[in-house]
Amino acid sequence: MSGIVESTANVARISRTGFFLRFLRAALPGLSFALVILAIAWLNPRAISYLGLNLMLNLGIPVALATVAQMFVITVNDLDLSIGTFVSFVGCVAATWLRDAPFLGVAVLIGSVLLYGVIGALIYLRNVPSIVVTLGMLFVWQGLAILVLPKPGGKPPVWLHDLMNFRTPYAPFPIFAAIGIAAVVEAGLMRTSYGAILRGSGGNPNAIGRAGWSLLKTKIVMFTLAGLFGVFSGLALIGLTTSADANIGKGYTLLSIAGVILGGGEFVGGRVSPIGAVIGALTLTLAGSLLNFMRISPDWQVGAQGGILIIVLAARSLINQVGRTAP
Amino acid sequence: MKFVRPARILAKPWIWSYLGALLVWLAAIAFTHGYGAGGMVTAALALAVFSVIAGVAQMFVITLGPGNVDLSLPANIGLASAVAMKMMDGSDALIVIGFLAALASGIVIGVFNYLLIRLLRIPPIIATLSASFIIQSAGISYGRGLQIKPPPGYADFTSAQIFGIPLLAIGTAMFTVVMAVILHRTIYGRSVLAIGQNSRAAWLAGISVERVRCATYVLSGALGGVCGSLLAGYFRGSSLEIGDEYLLASIAVVVIGGTSVTGGRANVPGLWGGALFLVLLLTMLNTFGVSAGIRFVVTGLVIIGVIIAAGGQPAGR
Repeated sequence: MSGIVESTANVARISRTGFFLRFLRAALPGLSFALVILAIAWLNPRAISYLGLNLMLNLGIPVALATVAQMFVITVNDLDLSIGTFVSFVGCVAATWLRDAPFLGVAVLIGSVLLYGVIGALIYLRNVPSIVVTLGMLFVWQGLAILVLPKPGGKPPVWLHDLMNFRTPYAPFPIFAAIGIAAVVEAGLMRTSYGAILRGSGGNPNAIGRAGWSLLKTKIVMFTLAGLFGVFSGLALIGLTTSADANIGKGYTLLSIAGVILGGGEFVGGRVSPIGAVIGALTLTLAGSLLNFMRISPDWQVGAQGGILIIVLAARSLINQVGRTAP
Repeated sequence: MKFVRPARILAKPWIWSYLGALLVWLAAIAFTHGYGAGGMVTAALALAVFSVIAGVAQMFVITLGPGNVDLSLPANIGLASAVAMKMMDGSDALIVIGFLAALASGIVIGVFNYLLIRLLRIPPIIATLSASFIIQSAGISYGRGLQIKPPPGYADFTSAQIFGIPLLAIGTAMFTVVMAVILHRTIYGRSVLAIGQNSRAAWLAGISVERVRCATYVLSGALGGVCGSLLAGYFRGSSLEIGDEYLLASIAVVVIGGTSVTGGRANVPGLWGGALFLVLLLTMLNTFGVSAGIRFVVTGLVIIGVIIAAGGQPAGR
């Protein structure tokens, strides 16, 4: 009798530790974001104002959109190395054709989203590693961007510029935009039944396949969504920067992958978090401002992003280890 | 029985890369009416050397199995080129020191990559990617305003030719033969292949999987260092972007050369075929006078075409 009581107590303790660790893992993105905000507030209190936050978080929106795009691809156990040059390409189209010949511009953008779906289909049908295929696409988008806009320049359509520079009451626009993006993707991917199928096709493809769902279709859906959010990212970026060049999105591949991981996404197994990904993207953007306030040379900007990524992964691996060895 | 041999040669996966290289070369000289045919081959051999060295590094890593890839090679090459030039300081007497320093920088990067993979238990793609962020910054910070020319002796060495064949190409050819022997005839090489085919089975068979993985990432790092220092000599100076194209190139020559991207099967002769094919393809596009944009698009499409045609493992995971 006492044995049973004891083991029940043990179970309770295990589940309590497990719960705490799971909570810690889930809170990690939010914690790192809060940490960066606090550090900025401490170093430069004036930065935490309507104008300051607007300036700092502005460029976080295209990064967050690209991160969500990358997250869709990572959900199905693939990796998109081409998202950065795709954002460049979209930016170049937005700053030229979308303004001068809207129908052509829209058609090209829709076409490129569909091409993303085709890439997903090819990766599934030929069972080839996504990094090689998307590495090829990296060059294709780069080439197309140069063909569309050989020299830096162009101008965004007026509506796009106005949208991205919209002044919202109470809090700056980027905050509303980030909440909107996170809410929409969270609702679609985490709260719908087909969203569960999509995540499942990354977590256990065999089970999803046996249950009668088309894995080809889930792959196409996820890559098409990635293309769609890639387009949104490029549009948002051009709305903010007011001109384009063929290398404008160069750093986005690395940023987007880092954002997903920072946001609590697992690299394989369909375990991702849209809210986390958006927070991760904003954290990386703010980290740039923080380094400026700390007067760290811009040389170390990318290095610091790598460092943050490594620290977060180390923290997570530590939590996992504690979870495994806990009584 | 007479027709068996050609059939067997055609069954070799690397033969296609050489056929492709021959084809683009013929297309290029058809366009110039045979003018500069020999020069094209010399130039192609000289440039192919760097892709082959980076390709050997990437091939060993990829052969370790799914998920293994070294994305830090471009940053590694960029940093090594700066280290080599700074250490040589334009003086012939310091060539060996500079070369060894670049090699050491590559080895340190390899060790760092492996430690990230092992200690943080993260997939190699993410580990080498995060490492490449940091290496990139180190390179920017270290090589700021660096405009050091290579020592004259080193510059001459990297562009020397014997009967129209670059000296470096001969050296690299011998090096690849050695690497082929290491891959197929030594315990280390066979362990790499075994791990790529089934790492659990390899472990049960008594192979120290982690030691082999460590050695392979260090090898990749070291070769990145060598590639960077040679590039700096050949292009008369270092730059951070010098390694940029070798991410695509290293993976592409491995894929085009018939190495299995899912690991466990490697192909050394194919690296040369793949590298020559890539370089000659760019030469051909240049002789046709196409713009940079089209060059990018065609290179990308060729990679995708090859990998799609080769396909992956037939069954699921």
